[in-house]
Amino acid sequence: MKNIWYIAKKEYASLFNSPVAYVILLVTFLTLGFFFWIEINYAVQYQQYVPSMSNTFSLLVFPLLFFAVPAITMRSIADENKSGTLELLLTSPVRDWELIIGKWLGCLFFFLFTLMVTLIYPLVLNTMIDKGIDFGLVFSGYLGVILLISAMCGIGVFISSLFNNQIAALFATLGVLILFWIISAPAQLFQGSVTADVLTYLSLTEHYYDTFLTGIIQLKDIIYYLSFTALTLLMANISIDIRRWR
Amino acid sequence: MIKVTGLTKDYGLRRAVENLTFTASKGEILGFLGPNGAGKTTTMRILTGYIPPTSGKVEIGGFDIVDKSIEARRLIGYLPETVPLYNDMTVFDYLMFMANLRNIKQAEDRVDEVLEMVHMEERAEGFVGNLSKGMRQRVGLAQAILHKPEVLILDEPTIGLDPAQIIEVRKIIQELGTEHTVLLSTHILSEAQQVCNRLLIINKGHIVAEDTPEQLQSRLTGSKHITLRVRCGAEDMVPVIHDLPGISSVRLMDENTLEFETSVNQDARPDVARAVISSGLDLLEMTQDTMSLEEIFLQLTRDDFPVLPQESVSASTGEELEEKEE
Ligand SMILES: Nc1ncnc2c1ncn2[C@@H]1O[C@H](COP(=O)(O)OP(=O)(O)OP(=O)(O)O)[C@@H](O)[C@H]1O
Ligand SMILES: [Mg+2]
Repeated sequence: MKNIWYIAKKEYASLFNSPVAYVILLVTFLTLGFFFWIEINYAVQYQQYVPSMSNTFSLLVFPLLFFAVPAITMRSIADENKSGTLELLLTSPVRDWELIIGKWLGCLFFFLFTLMVTLIYPLVLNTMIDKGIDFGLVFSGYLGVILLISAMCGIGVFISSLFNNQIAALFATLGVLILFWIISAPAQLFQGSVTADVLTYLSLTEHYYDTFLTGIIQLKDIIYYLSFTALTLLMANISIDIRRWR
Repeated sequence: MIKVTGLTKDYGLRRAVENLTFTASKGEILGFLGPNGAGKTTTMRILTGYIPPTSGKVEIGGFDIVDKSIEARRLIGYLPETVPLYNDMTVFDYLMFMANLRNIKQAEDRVDEVLEMVHMEERAEGFVGNLSKGMRQRVGLAQAILHKPEVLILDEPTIGLDPAQIIEVRKIIQELGTEHTVLLSTHILSEAQQVCNRLLIINKGHIVAEDTPEQLQSRLTGSKHITLRVRCGAEDMVPVIHDLPGISSVRLMDENTLEFETSVNQDARPDVARAVISSGLDLLEMTQDTMSLEEIFLQLTRDDFPVLPQESVSASTGEELEEKEE
C-alpha cells in the first residue's frame, strides 16, 4: 500500500519538472480569470444579473479539462515504457495495481492542486456580493469536477499504458474523452428507447451539467464516476498484464 | 538460489530461448556468455519476473517467479540492459525512490553508502539526465545493490565504464559474490574469466557449454601448441623433436622456427629445451599457447557447432575439436 503513495508522490513531483504542468496551470488560471472578469462586469452593467460560479465551472470542464487531462496523463506509463523504467518497476516488489493506482493518484493530485488555485474565484465573488454566494452550489460544483477528473484520469492512464509514445497517448486520450462527451448526442434519434438511456448514461458530462453544476448531488452520479474510474484502472492493469505476456 | 528448469520463451513465432536448465547457488558468480541475440537478456528478463516464460520453471530462493512473484522479486537486484533511470530526477531522489519501493530502513544512510560504493557521491544532487554514460551505468548498479539482494542479476554491467571503474565494479561484484548469488552477462571474455566461478555459454537460445573457465579451457583444448625459436639450424631439430615422447605434427616454419603440438596433460618444454641444448643449438624462445577464451567462445558458437545435450558436453567437445585439427 505504501508503494502507491511513493509512486503517486514521484509522479506528482515529476509533473512539475516539465513545462506542461505550468502551462496548464497558467492557461487555466488566465482563462477562468478572464471569463470571471467578464461575468463581474456583466453583473455591474445589468444590476438584476446575479453572477455565479456556474459559467466558470462549465468552462473548466470544457474545454480546459478535456485538453489538460490528456496532457497530464499521457506520459504516466508510456514514458516509463519508452525509457525502460517500466522494466525496473515491474521487476521490483511492486504489484501492478499499486503502480496503476499510484500513477492515477499522482495525476489526480495535480488537478486537486489546480482546483485549489481556482478556489480564489468563489472567494473573491463572495466578497463582491452583499448577501454572499451559495457555497452549497460551489461545493457540489467542485465535488462533481473532482469526480469527473478522476474518471478522465482513469481513461488517460489506461490509454497511456497502451502506448510507448506520449504524443500518441495524448491524442488517443483526447479522442476517447471527446467520444464520451458527444456519445449522448445521438440519443435524440432514439428518443424514449433504452438505447437513448444507455447513451445518455454513458456520457461523461451528462452526469455533471444537469446535476452537480446545479447543486444536485445524487448517489447514482457519484457511483457512475467511481465505477468509471475503477473500470478504466482495471483495464490499465489488464493492459500491463498483456504487455508482459506478449 | 536460482533454479531454472526447462525454460523456453517464444516471441510470437520466434523462439528466443529453448529448454534452458541451470542452477546457481549462494556465493557463486555465474557468467552468461553468448553472441548477440543468443537470448541472454531474454533469460534475465524471465528470471526477474519482467516477462513470463512460455514454458518451464524459475525459482528464486525457493519462490516461483510466476506464482510467488513479489516474494521472489524482493530477493532480486536487477540491472537491465537499458539502464532504467528517470532523467528528471536527481541521483539521490532516484535512489531514495527505489529504496522506498524496496522498503529499506534508514534509506538515506543506505543511499549514501551505495553512492560511495559506486563513486557517485559527488553527483548525488545532480540530475540523472546530465550524467555521462558510464555514470548512468554506475547509478543503475547502485540501484541494483541498494537492498543487498540475495540474487543479483546484471545485464552487461561494465559496458561503457572507464578502465578504473571496470576494475571497481568487478571488485564490487566479486565482494557481493561471496555471500550472494550473482548472474551477469558480458561480452568481455577476460572479465568473465576473471570474475566468474562458472560460465554458461549460450547460442541461439541453447546452452552449449557450462563449466568453470579453467575447465572449459582445458576441456576444449585437445592439445597445447608450442612455438620454438633457435638460432639457425632449426631444420636439423625436426627429427630430434619428433622422437621426443608425446609430441606430434612437428612443422618447420622458417629456418629458425618450429611449431609442434603436445598433449594437454604433459609439459614437454623441459625435454625440448634439453634436446635443443644437447644438439648444440642456441635456444632463443619457446612459447606455449593454450586456447584463449575468445577462441573457445568462437568454437562453441559457430553456426555449424552441434548443440549438445548438457550431460555430454564435456565428453564430446574435446573430440570434436581434435577431429577439426587433423
Ligand atoms: N520483445 C521482443 N520481441 C520479439 N523478439 C525479441 C524481443 N526481445 C528479444 N527478441 C529476440 O529474441 C532473441 C534473443 O534476444 P536477446 O535480447 O535475449 O539476446 P541477447 O543474448 O541479450 O543479445 P545481446 O548480446 O545483443 O544483448 C533475438 O533474436 C531477439 O531478436
Ligand atoms: Mg542482451
